[in-house]
Amino acid sequence: MSKKAAEINEQIPWQEMTTGCEIYEGGTSRLTMTGEWRSKIPLWDPAKCKQCLLCTPFCPDSSIPVSAGRRTDFDYDHCKGCGICYKVCPFGAIDWKEVH
Amino acid sequence: MSIRDRLSGNEAIATAMRQINPDVFAMFPITPSTEIPQYFAQYVADGKVDTEFICVESEHSSLSACIGAEAAGCRAITATSSAGLSFMNEVLYVAASSRLPIVLAVACRALTGPININHDYSDSMAERDSGFIQIYAENNQEAYDNYLQAHRIGETPDVRLPVMICEDGFITSHALENIELERDEDVRAFVGEYHPEHYLLKSENPLAVGPYGTSPYYMEARVAQAEAMKNAKRAILEVAADFERTFGRKYGLFEEYRMEDAEIALVLMGSSAGTAKAAVDELREQGVQAGLIKIRVFRPFPAEELAEALKHCKAVAVLDKSEGFSACGGPLFAETAAACINLDRRPKMVDIVYGLGGRDFTVDQAKRVFARLGRIVETGEIGPVYTHMGQRDLREEAQ
Repeated sequence: MSKKAAEINEQIPWQEMTTGCEIYEGGTSRLTMTGEWRSKIPLWDPAKCKQCLLCTPFCPDSSIPVSAGRRTDFDYDHCKGCGICYKVCPFGAIDWKEVH
Repeated sequence: MSIRDRLSGNEAIATAMRQINPDVFAMFPITPSTEIPQYFAQYVADGKVDTEFICVESEHSSLSACIGAEAAGCRAITATSSAGLSFMNEVLYVAASSRLPIVLAVACRALTGPININHDYSDSMAERDSGFIQIYAENNQEAYDNYLQAHRIGETPDVRLPVMICEDGFITSHALENIELERDEDVRAFVGEYHPEHYLLKSENPLAVGPYGTSPYYMEARVAQAEAMKNAKRAILEVAADFERTFGRKYGLFEEYRMEDAEIALVLMGSSAGTAKAAVDELREQGVQAGLIKIRVFRPFPAEELAEALKHCKAVAVLDKSEGFSACGGPLFAETAAACINLDRRPKMVDIVYGLGGRDFTVDQAKRVFARLGRIVETGEIGPVYTHMGQRDLREEAQ
C-alpha cells in the first residue's frame, strides 16, 4: 500500500491509514495548514516595501514567497506569526498585529 | 539434524542471534543480560557475523539506534534487563507505534528498590502496555526456540510489531542446561531474509517515519496498532506450527500441563513452571487432580484460550512474580481474572505474589498452594484473594 499523503485526511477510517502513520513521499508539509497556530499576524504594505528581500531569509518557515526577484504576499497557510520579519524590516513595511 | 550442546540461556540467545546474522546490534551492558552482547562481540571479532555492532552510551540510545536502523530497512536487535529496560520505556513506545519489528532480548530482573540484580518480572511487566509482543521462556531451550521465531512473528505484514524475548535473569540466563541447537543453514532457511516494503534507504521511495499525529489521527493509529496486536496471536501460532514442522518442538500461546481433568490449577510463567510441574506430578501420583498452565505469550494476552482452558477448574491460583502495587494482585492475576470474567461457570481464583528479587520457589511451596486450592474447593470459602509467599512473616497464616 503506497498511499499518497493527500489521501490521508480526517475523513478516512483507521483501516485506510498507513502502517505506523508512515508517509511515502517528500514535501508534504505543503499539504498541512499550520498557519492556524498563529496568534499574531504580519501584514505587508507593498507601498512602503523597497523589495530589499531582507525579510525572506529571516523567515524561519519559508512563508514569504519570492517570484522573479520580488517578494509577494505572505503564505498565511504556513506563517506562524513569529514577527521576525516585522522586526528586521528596515522600512516599516511590515506590521504585526493580534489575530481576532 | 539437531546438535546437542550445553549452554546458558544467554549463550543460547546469543547463538540464535549469530545464526540469524542481523544487520545491526546496538548494545549497552546491564546485568544479567550483559553476556548476550559479550558473546556477540566475540562473534563479530571472529568474523562469524556481518552485523554492524554499535556500542552506545545508554539503553535509551541502544533502542533508539535500533529504531533508526530498523526504519532504514535493517534487522536490528538489542538486549537488556531491569533498569535498562525502564530507561528504554519512552522509545519502546516509539518502536511499537512506528511498527518497527525490532527484537529485544530481556533477561528479566527486579527493579529497584531495594537495589537487586536477581530475577522477577518487575521490569518486563512494567512494559506490558508498551506495544511490544512479549514471549517468555521456561528454560534455555525455550529461550533459543522463542528467539528463532521472533523475527518472523514481528515482521509478519499485518503485525509489524517489536518483540521482547524474555528469559528469567540468572535462573535461565546463567544456568547451563542441555540444549538442542539447530544447524546455521537450517535456522537461516527458517528465519528467512527481511525485505520490508518501505524503508528509509529505498532511494526511489522517499519515506517519513514517526510523524506528528494530531487528535484527528492519533486514535485511528492506536486502533490500527491494537488490531496488529490481535493479529499477532494468529502469527505466533502460524510461526510455531512451521517451527514444529521444521524442528519438531511444539509451542502454543501457553503450555497446559496435566490440565485435561484438572480441578485445581496454577497459572504462572517462566522457570517456576519446571518446579511446579514436579509438584503436579507428585500430587497426581496421590490421585489429586492438579494441573498448571504456563503462559508463554503475555502480549498479546491469550484471554479466550486461557478461559477455555480454565473453565472446568474449581479453583485456580495465579502466581505473580512481580508486585504491581495495585493492592489487589499482580498483573498476571489481573489478566487471568479478566479473561475468565464472562465464563458462565468460572473457577474461584486467588493471587499469590512470590519469588521477588530472586527469592526461591520450591516444590513444597507449590504443593502448599495446591493444598490451599484443595481447601477452597472443599469448603467453598475463598479466604484472602491476594497474598504473598516466601517472605519472613510474623503473621501465622502467611506461613
